[in-house]
Amino acid sequence: MLETVIKRDRDFGTPASTSTQMVRVTIDGTDMSVPAGTSVMRAAAEAGINIPKLCASDNLEAFGSCRLCLVQIEGRKGYPASCTTPVEEGMVIWTETPKLHELRRGVMELYISDHPLDCLTCPANGDCELQDMAGVVGLRNVRYGFDGANHLNDTADLSNPYFAYDPSKCIVCSRCVRACDEVQGTFALTITGRGFDSRVTAGQNDSFLDSDCVSCGACVQACPTSTLMEKTVIDQGQAEHSIITTCAYCGVGCAFKAEMKGQEVVRMVPWKDGQANRGHSCVKGRFAWGYATHEDRMLKPMIRGDISEPWREVSWEEAISYAASELKRIQAKYGRDSIGGLTSSRCTNEETYLVQKLVRAAFGTNNVDTCARVCHSPTGYGLKTTLGESAGTQTFDSVMFTDVVIIMGANPSAAHPVFASRLKRRLRQGAKLIVIDPRQIEFVDAPHVKADYHLPVRPGTNTAVLTAMAHVIATEGLIDEAFVAERCEAPAFQQWRDFVSLPENSPEAMESVTGVAAADLRGAARLFATGGNGSIYYGLGVTEHSQGSTTVMAIANLAMATGNLGKEGVGVNPLRGQNNVQGSCDMGSFPHELPGYRHISDDTVRRQFEQDWGVTLQPEPGLRIPNMFDAAISGSFKGLYCQGEDVVQSDPNTQHVAKALASMECIIVQDIFLNETAKYAHVFLPGSSFLEKDGTFTNAERRVSRVRKVMEPKSGMGDWEVTCALSNALGYPMNYSHPSEIMDEIARLTPTFQGVSFKKIDEMGGSVQWPCNADAPDGTPIMHVDEFVRGKGRFMITKYVPSDERSTRKYPLLLTTGRILSQYNVGAQTRRTPNVLWHSEDLLEIHPQDAEDRGIREGDMVAVQSRSGETVLRANVTERVQPGIVYTTFHFPESGANVVTTDSTDWATDCPEYKVTAVQARLVTGPSQWQAKWSRFSDIQLSLLEQRQRDQEAASAAAEAPKTAPVLSPQE
Amino acid sequence: MDAAITLFVPKDSAAIAVGADDVASAIAREAASRGLSVDIVRNGSRGLLWLETLVEVETPQGRVAYGPVEPADVPGLFDAGWLQGKPHTLAHGLTEEIPYLKNQERLTFARVGITDPLSLTDYRAHEGFKGLEAALAMAPAAIVDQVVDSGLRGRGGAAFPTGIKWKTVLAAEADQKYIVCNADEGDSGTFSDRMLMEGDPYALIEGMAIAGLAVQATYGYIYVRSEYPYAIAALEAAIACARDAGWLGASIRGSGRAFDLEVRCAAGAYICGEETSLLESLEGKRALVRAKPPLPAVKGLFGKPTVINNVISLASVPIILARGAAFYRDFGMGRSRGTLPFQLAGNLRHGGLVEKAFGLTLRELLYDFGGGSASGKPLRAVQVGGPLGAYLPESQWGVPLDYEAYVGISAMVGHGGLVAFDETVDMAKMAEYAMEFCAIESCGKCTPCRIGAVRGAEVIDKIRHNEQREAQVVLLRDLCDTMLAGSLCALGGMTPYPVLSALEHFPEDFGLPAHQPASTQAA
Repeated sequence: MLETVIKRDRDFGTPASTSTQMVRVTIDGTDMSVPAGTSVMRAAAEAGINIPKLCASDNLEAFGSCRLCLVQIEGRKGYPASCTTPVEEGMVIWTETPKLHELRRGVMELYISDHPLDCLTCPANGDCELQDMAGVVGLRNVRYGFDGANHLNDTADLSNPYFAYDPSKCIVCSRCVRACDEVQGTFALTITGRGFDSRVTAGQNDSFLDSDCVSCGACVQACPTSTLMEKTVIDQGQAEHSIITTCAYCGVGCAFKAEMKGQEVVRMVPWKDGQANRGHSCVKGRFAWGYATHEDRMLKPMIRGDISEPWREVSWEEAISYAASELKRIQAKYGRDSIGGLTSSRCTNEETYLVQKLVRAAFGTNNVDTCARVCHSPTGYGLKTTLGESAGTQTFDSVMFTDVVIIMGANPSAAHPVFASRLKRRLRQGAKLIVIDPRQIEFVDAPHVKADYHLPVRPGTNTAVLTAMAHVIATEGLIDEAFVAERCEAPAFQQWRDFVSLPENSPEAMESVTGVAAADLRGAARLFATGGNGSIYYGLGVTEHSQGSTTVMAIANLAMATGNLGKEGVGVNPLRGQNNVQGSCDMGSFPHELPGYRHISDDTVRRQFEQDWGVTLQPEPGLRIPNMFDAAISGSFKGLYCQGEDVVQSDPNTQHVAKALASMECIIVQDIFLNETAKYAHVFLPGSSFLEKDGTFTNAERRVSRVRKVMEPKSGMGDWEVTCALSNALGYPMNYSHPSEIMDEIARLTPTFQGVSFKKIDEMGGSVQWPCNADAPDGTPIMHVDEFVRGKGRFMITKYVPSDERSTRKYPLLLTTGRILSQYNVGAQTRRTPNVLWHSEDLLEIHPQDAEDRGIREGDMVAVQSRSGETVLRANVTERVQPGIVYTTFHFPESGANVVTTDSTDWATDCPEYKVTAVQARLVTGPSQWQAKWSRFSDIQLSLLEQRQRDQEAASAAAEAPKTAPVLSPQE
Repeated sequence: MDAAITLFVPKDSAAIAVGADDVASAIAREAASRGLSVDIVRNGSRGLLWLETLVEVETPQGRVAYGPVEPADVPGLFDAGWLQGKPHTLAHGLTEEIPYLKNQERLTFARVGITDPLSLTDYRAHEGFKGLEAALAMAPAAIVDQVVDSGLRGRGGAAFPTGIKWKTVLAAEADQKYIVCNADEGDSGTFSDRMLMEGDPYALIEGMAIAGLAVQATYGYIYVRSEYPYAIAALEAAIACARDAGWLGASIRGSGRAFDLEVRCAAGAYICGEETSLLESLEGKRALVRAKPPLPAVKGLFGKPTVINNVISLASVPIILARGAAFYRDFGMGRSRGTLPFQLAGNLRHGGLVEKAFGLTLRELLYDFGGGSASGKPLRAVQVGGPLGAYLPESQWGVPLDYEAYVGISAMVGHGGLVAFDETVDMAKMAEYAMEFCAIESCGKCTPCRIGAVRGAEVIDKIRHNEQREAQVVLLRDLCDTMLAGSLCALGGMTPYPVLSALEHFPEDFGLPAHQPASTQAA
């Protein structure tokens, strides 16, 4: 293979056996012992003997179709396929004999008799297993000629925006079909026809785009030829080097191999050794990275005195010094606490750490908060209170040992697809499933996955449902008494037991509140308590409520009561929305906590930081995001440094947020695009995409994974360097020569990160799970094993308190919000990729009954109005939602989903109650007033940006010869 | 009024195909018009297919045979006094005395053609359920031992010892086990499964129930070829009757031991008869061949230990249990014990079913039973064992029909079907057809079969048209070797048998010199 072409990962042909029993075999004269159940092929591979193969892959069950891997076994007649033959004690195997050479050559001759001979111009040239095998078997001649029956003129399907299907290259190994079934669990592909007519097809002879295919890329990854091939590879050719990094989309934190040509990404391939994703990916991480080189990327710093003025491109120095002078001016005029900063769950730990350090040390205030405020802050509070640590308890691998799963307020197949595939695999193996969700999410009824119970909870009553489940467990004698006695605080437990056992908490009593049939709830509770290893996976459908923190505690209660903590296959598992939600929280982004969740008022802790940082820190917590907005409107908060977050689109009650921003005097936005918040900004600092960064992300399983720079920052400065420059300009020195030094500082100051360093991560194979310190030098895959972090687990009373957001005569429907697979969060990234082919606008899901009552039909424009505001969306009439409930996504700014959501929040953490808003819906003919206003404002802001561009062109035309930007990937 | 006279008109598909239903109604009509009282029993076929529609009249001397009867013959038969068994040009005397039948050894087919297929009374009167009753009194391992001792081997074609298979399933630990009957009889020239299912469905049901008791399986499926509507109807009716009578269900005849079963209509492809693809198909999937191991006996239907046997294997079990293993084992030769219902088809005067102990020769079947060619021209080649069986030239017609003896000449007994050809046959064309058959019926999973069969037909076509003949013959032999050694299942793996045997024994049909040295036969 050419040295310039990336080497494929080693493939052992069949999955590893988990057996502990060893079997002795002799392969080609070498004695070895392997676990029982290992295939002959894998045993040989482990001995360094590569038996030719085409249909085998170690992420798929053995199939035995290609017949290249035939071997000879002494005492056995014939030529068994090594992939489907398990080793047996004393087996003597020969993998290379003249007869085998003959047979393999015969098989290869057949393959090539129906394959185009266009290797040199084939997109897979240099990365083709068929080509490799033809070489290995020494095929020299195709005696059949090429005038026989063939598929050389089959037409290609180019419908998928990211990959092409060229059946003329297909060898019908079924690896794609099996990957779709076994790895992804979508079952979108099949083989149609019989015998020679066998062809891979999506759905029932649909195009890939029109089929159930979710474009996860598993089939493309599995294809040994160029039949399924990334269009970027077709356009650009094979990569010349590769770098392992971590995906910047959801909280699964998949490891990817970025395959590169110089500074250009050719493709992103899920890394086989990635411990979060185990070689799998979803449409976003695998394909939707073209935004990183989209023409909308902002690459020059800009400033303006007022948001009605056009932007002015300036040098980095000018931008930084302007920003610093403005912040100083504001502080001088309005006081130290009149400014603050926001960290982002999309940025690295190092960047996030620096921003909170900037705010605390350079701004001299604790007015720092993070977007986790609006998603998982209740998780932090709830799990810290009950278990002692603000984090999920397991690894993703742990799900393969679970027997009963609760998915609550999460939609993994849309929002955490790679984890969803793992979970589906476990469910296909027979684990039981309980879904608690107001909507019929995919898991309720998916191919080969059916929920044993779907509890369609009325939005806002999660606490009541879980307390009723606890009631069943407590009153039916299903509590794991031994676990509770040993591991939990007795008085709190007794109080909890008395509380949940009250008749008012019974499923029957709660039925009218929750809308969940008592019999189903009892069944689900019994199943969870008695079905073996029970695990709970939850998302923002749990946290984003007025009782978000209470529900998190109810989840912890349930896990403790049933003994489902501290081992494989169990646990409390928050599914984090963004890539670094866990990390941004860990890094001290909340106003009241220093890194490692230590309260700012703790003198010992604060002193440690003061010593290290050489400043005096304020002992009082600063403002949370909503407080900042309120303070801005009331006139006491005037300056904001906002890194990588779009509060205008993502925070609730948009009009309130916009009003707050419009009231400030200096808003500094650091982002890769001119997002909705940047339209209110005075300083714009061009940010870097994850491809341009060195650092770490921490995923939902506390896994700190390396993010590696595959290309230089397009704006000339890394995000961490910008923060340092701003700090230096403010007079507080920050001097790091590399992000690894920032991590060293984090480790120095944070007990749970004590052992973490870039070096350690590399040694651990690319990631490590915190806590990682002297007690756990290699990290902690599963938490709370022998005791809880807080010592004894603490049961908390979870009294149901109805939300203020209730359906009324004026607002009879409940709006809840969520995500879709192809889009991500505010959509800034995915909207700038061909993912819009799957989802080009946010729709309002409404039950046919509610639609009919209002004369609404599929596709009609519908006004959704709450006490906060009104927006208009097109209707999707569907039974996925129950009567009385409407649902939408918030991926497009013009949708204004958050114009409708209100300022109602979680009682403990101020996490917004996005998931419940009382609304009315009615048929309309045009956009809402807000949408019209937004559209005008947006147009003005874009034209102010346009004017900037004209300035720049004039300036650059004078200064230097025009240069073409070498940054556009062909995807755009 | 005189007691009604009983006439037997087969309800077998082969009889119906030549007008048995019309004959039955003509008889009823004619009897009524003559004021005669007759009982028409729709029995199975005796297997003397050239005599269908074969009508039998019950007389004090025994059943007298008339055939082939056409509806138009009926008045004349009445006129001739057939109700009294009187002579007629279509009369053949007592059925039992017809040499074709008299010279058979009918164990598995003992009742076929004699009883009313759906009459439980008839069935019991002819030794029915004796085997099951015996099994109910035995421990599972003892039943398995009986089957092992009988020497019964899989009649589907692979000839794997049935008892050994059962032993594996019995030893497998599982919460559920299954009995699956492979009734997807797709071999060209075969029909014994169909005749048995249509003519004596209870025998199969009884055999499956015994298998269930033997391996502790409580449920069975009969996977019947979709082209066999009469067999499906007969089985479904028989299962319902057996269940009503307590021979199936949660507690067979109050024994506390459970077995029940159902019929599944096959998916309509030859490959569905391959046992592992049959299981896939039963599970509702595309009928792709599964790699073995795991054996179905360990991980079969829905992943559970499964006995999967051919109709004739299972239907031979009741008599083994009823009369003991030794009785059955006493028939046959070598390691081929018991009897095999041979099916005579193709260019023969007397096509039909001949159940005989192993050990007779093809020549006996062709001439003593088959009566030589139907065309009157000399017979030239016989394909034994279905479309994947070898073509045997006259020189091999004296080899005893015994599994091992046939393996010795690169042929196979298979399911016992034989198709005869006279001297007008073009054996190169037959070889090409063998490849075409494989190409049409291939599931498409493994490469040697999926692509090899298509290339095989193309290569033989080139040979026939003298395009680089010698080189193509070398290529054909290489291809046959790849298919034989490399295919996943018997379809691709055995297609070379008819091809190579044709090439070996009839080289002149390929444009090659006759009597080429027979050195490179398939192993």
